[in-house]
Amino acid sequence: MKFKYEIEGGNFSKAGNASSAVKKILKQLNVPPATIKKLVVALYEGEVNVVAHAWNGCIYVDIDPDRIFVTIEDEGPGIPDIGQAMQEGYSTASQAVREMGFGAGMGLSNMKKNADLLNIKSEVGKGTTVEITTLLK
Amino acid sequence: MVESGFYHALKIDSDKCFGCTHCMNVCPTAAIRIRDGVATIRPDWCVDCGECMRACPVDAIFVEQDDFDKIFQYKCRVALVPAVLIGQFPEKVTEAEIFSVMRELGFTHVFQTEHTAGIISRAMVETAREVEDKPVISSFCPAIVRLIQIKFPSLLDQVMRIKPPIDASAVYFRKRLEDEGIHPDDIGIFYITPCAAKIAAVKSPVGEEQSPIDGVINMQFVYNKIYKLIKSRHETSSISPGEMLPLLSPGSIKYSLTGGEASRMEGRCLAIDEIHNVIEFLEKLEHDEIEGVDFLELRACDQSCAGGVLVGGNRFLTTERLNKRARRFEGVSDIPGDIKAYSHFMANNMDIGLLEPRSMMALDEDMGEAMRKMQQVRHLMCFLPGIDCAACGAPNCQSLAEDIVRRESQLSACVFIQRMMEKHSKLSGEHALKIIEKIWGKNRLDKDCKKKGAENEANMER
Repeated sequence: MKFKYEIEGGNFSKAGNASSAVKKILKQLNVPPATIKKLVVALYEGEVNVVAHAWNGCIYVDIDPDRIFVTIEDEGPGIPDIGQAMQEGYSTASQAVREMGFGAGMGLSNMKKNADLLNIKSEVGKGTTVEITTLLK
Repeated sequence: MVESGFYHALKIDSDKCFGCTHCMNVCPTAAIRIRDGVATIRPDWCVDCGECMRACPVDAIFVEQDDFDKIFQYKCRVALVPAVLIGQFPEKVTEAEIFSVMRELGFTHVFQTEHTAGIISRAMVETAREVEDKPVISSFCPAIVRLIQIKFPSLLDQVMRIKPPIDASAVYFRKRLEDEGIHPDDIGIFYITPCAAKIAAVKSPVGEEQSPIDGVINMQFVYNKIYKLIKSRHETSSISPGEMLPLLSPGSIKYSLTGGEASRMEGRCLAIDEIHNVIEFLEKLEHDEIEGVDFLELRACDQSCAGGVLVGGNRFLTTERLNKRARRFEGVSDIPGDIKAYSHFMANNMDIGLLEPRSMMALDEDMGEAMRKMQQVRHLMCFLPGIDCAACGAPNCQSLAEDIVRRESQLSACVFIQRMMEKHSKLSGEHALKIIEKIWGKNRLDKDCKKKGAENEANMER
């Protein structure tokens, strides 16, 4: 079962809408609450990353009874050094973004913690694709 | 795990209910449907918040309550009175008068619900210090505890497992009366409730085998009784001396008002009232969008218990009066002396058990089956108009689609689908009317000049 949500870069007041929608679906599908929480925390981090850094993006959610596979794709500046970006506390967020309570540099590491599998591909100047897999069995 | 047989305090009087959509539209868990011309409540989705009762234009929703005479089954009849009862009366009515009227009604003892608020909030502060998974959520409001069970099960572990003062006070006063030599079977503790949720919580407790409270009395009933007695007394100017109760601290008096708990906890504490506000906040909390908050006080009613659905007085005036009263008691100890002697007993009797999820969002227990049903819902949504008019007897198109998949309704319940079916000659006008009558009741569309707002609404024949 597949779902697609669009994300608008720079619009922080809407950040979290896609995560909320996915959460509602997972609840209806009777996914265990702890699993939902982990996935949605990771997804929300990803969604905020797109809003904070990219120009626009999309979330694709593919659910089957064995696993949930989420792809967060954006058109944006890309990540030059993924290893560095994965470190806790590393942040490139602007002062303005930090003042809004985002950009503490915990995003990617927090996503990794909450995903069963995390895969990041990025091309500088073009965009980033993050894949999150949550196993259900 | 799906449990069934939840007791609910909110009932619908099918003689009074004429089948409108007010209650259905405000229900925060979408638990109401219209069938055969009357509202019906889905027991496993209802959290007893009472929003439907507030919204009903014809008072068709009522609270099922214990017969007042039930108190006389006990030799020792204890009234547990919350501060908001007192807050409803004009200032010239003293607490002593109110409590003496309670005795005249037949109670042998009158105790204050917030008597244990000080010791409970101290325990909450200490417990919260040890907890890693923040914010800690208060277990004070029974409608909110049920809401979390149903809609936010992943947050259940964050609910503090300490009894609210109502239950702690019931346990405490029972123990004290037993220590005075009264036989346990002779003690009946009755809570004067400002809300429907507490009635439900007493009848089918969450996290406890049995409620420490024996019965619940609708506050409206007591309010009217007290008002009448006091009124007649003021007229004959024979005010009884009343009785003195142990004084409550300002914090205890304000405990059930918004901020009553949050103002006593440590760190960053938020107080949120009104159930739709709470839902909006919990949605954000659930995906870690809210960071750095240590404690959440969540109450289902606007202005918390002062806005309880069974509180007769105006909620803002009630809040004002309690705040004023609290100022008069500045300096009163937060933990009354008599409780200090029982602090060991209280420490061992203030926990509540495990809170079980009651998730009712799922379309099916089996995930594969739930996915199939979700696909059907999405397919049905291609046809439904998205107008959310509720003429099908469900609160919105999405709910109708889900009802159809649960085999509780049908696509032709939608009046717009009916038009399309008639256009394609798949439905006769007569059949369409039958469908409407099935939902809204027989002869529902006949001319009726006595309905609310119609020509003869107030023109009652004698």
